[in-house]
Amino acid sequence: MSAHLNIDHVSMEFDTPSGKFKALENVNLKIKKGEFVSLIGHSGCGKSTVLNIIAGLYQATQGGIVLDGKEVSEPGPERAVVFQNHSLFPWLTAYENVELAVKQIFKGKKSKAEMKEWIEHNLALVHMSHALHKKPDEISGGMKQRVGIARALAMEPTVLLMDEPFGALDALTRSHLQDSLMEIQRDLKNTVVMITHDVDEAVLLSDRIVMMSNGPAASVGEILDIDLPRPRHRLELADNPMYNKYRADVLRFLHERHAKPDVPSSKVA
Amino acid sequence: MNVVSKMEDLRIFAPWVRIIKGENRREQVNVLLRSLGVPILAFALFLGIWDSAAKSVVTSLGQVPGPSQVFEQAKGLWQEYRAESVKEEKFYERQEKRNAKKLAENPDATVKWRDYRGRTTYPQQILTSLYTVFTGFILASLIAVPLGILTGLSQTLNNAMNPIIQIFKPVSPLAWLPIVTMVVSAVYVSDDPMFEKSFVTSAITVMLCCMWPTLINTAVGVSSISSDLLNVAKVLRLSWWSKIIKVVLPSAIPMIFTGMRMSLGVGWMVLIAAEMLAQNPGLGKFVWDEFQNGSSNSLGRIMVAVLTIGFIGFLLDWMMLQLQKYFSWDKSAVSR
Repeated sequence: MSAHLNIDHVSMEFDTPSGKFKALENVNLKIKKGEFVSLIGHSGCGKSTVLNIIAGLYQATQGGIVLDGKEVSEPGPERAVVFQNHSLFPWLTAYENVELAVKQIFKGKKSKAEMKEWIEHNLALVHMSHALHKKPDEISGGMKQRVGIARALAMEPTVLLMDEPFGALDALTRSHLQDSLMEIQRDLKNTVVMITHDVDEAVLLSDRIVMMSNGPAASVGEILDIDLPRPRHRLELADNPMYNKYRADVLRFLHERHAKPDVPSSKVA
Repeated sequence: MNVVSKMEDLRIFAPWVRIIKGENRREQVNVLLRSLGVPILAFALFLGIWDSAAKSVVTSLGQVPGPSQVFEQAKGLWQEYRAESVKEEKFYERQEKRNAKKLAENPDATVKWRDYRGRTTYPQQILTSLYTVFTGFILASLIAVPLGILTGLSQTLNNAMNPIIQIFKPVSPLAWLPIVTMVVSAVYVSDDPMFEKSFVTSAITVMLCCMWPTLINTAVGVSSISSDLLNVAKVLRLSWWSKIIKVVLPSAIPMIFTGMRMSLGVGWMVLIAAEMLAQNPGLGKFVWDEFQNGSSNSLGRIMVAVLTIGFIGFLLDWMMLQLQKYFSWDKSAVSR
């Protein structure tokens, strides 16, 4: 079976002042269309590096990324990224931030009116219609991240890449955004690769959780299929024995089998 | 929003408005004393010290002028300007009448229209100085901003530019001027020159001295753009040009304006020296001419020029601050 997104024997070495540092060793992962995959692991295990390689922002030293049968080696909007700290342009409003992306991608393909409708549609998806013309420093962290997601969705990506999208948010805002994301996912059925270090988030959102072993030379440790029916509701799941088993599995992997070494190796996130 | 509450937003009016409204008067009066009373008192004290110090120094041109003499000289300069304006008006009136009469006698007669060539007055000298400094400043910005952007984008170019910037930044305008004068004389040769050579020399000297702050600040602003924003540009596959226009330039705008504000300040300071030596008919030449003139009024008139230069410098800085506030998205960068 040929996968939709194939992370094919990827290894990554960085040049550091103290010589070469091998961050990833032979990472191999096949992702199906419409699948929601989380990468989880201790910080410094190279999960962000994997995401950056899929995005094309880093070039793998060995191996490569194949998307729908074509190798990709540079960044592009079909692999839209939601960055951890929103990375909105601070001088543009929410609407203008999405507009910048839409104008670039649908130049000549959509009319002006269609673009406007598309921008507003995507901001409505993330419940930001009330603050279209606010600038990033006028809205909260959660709202900024919503706009960031709207911008990524507006690129109509084949694969949506999310780098700890909710990592910098407080718990309540985070759970709101997770609910929003599940709601969007139910309708759009995007292929999503998400980095997280939050076990609950991974189990709640994912179809599969990829647990990464510790670096240096990190690799895929274990893959856990999450076979929970959708739509999922966090309150109902709290009493679900399967949910708790999955949670325990991930925790066990992270804290028993791959406990963080006492002496941290040089950190490459 | 009504006018009263709008006025309340302005810091200068706020206490007055509140006093009128009757909001805890005592505190508002205190605010007024601190914000207005203290500066006024300090200025009065300064005038007092100046006055008594001036009386005790006698130069070959007489006593050093105190505040009141300087005020007299300022009035004198203004009267000269008024008188000159009247003369000019009369000159054109006479010319008009003369030519009209000629044409009435003989419709085919050739009449001459001459421009009035009277003495240069103080307000004209101020305008010349402003015109010169802005020419130099705009030329400097046109070079420094693009060059700064390129320098900020490329580490290699940054390494290349750094020693050049460091060496030329501290050079005094007085050192540049002879070279600029010679180069302008050699290169700018024309029978009917659009600009005076003295003007070109002064403007170029201003440019050479004031481009550095803009160049450095632009480069720093560009090189400190968050890498996340550049990654967004990469994901969107922005072309090099639209990356500059849509991402790099707007993120560096606050720093560019900080640099330009410093540049205009340096330019204004340098201009006076440049005008003195280049004999560009602005405030610098006014000071020099008064010094050479050596009448009993000279020191007072030079003091008027000193105060004018200071006040205009302050206005220019204020103007740049307003521009910076208007164009900057990062309000925290404006406070400097």
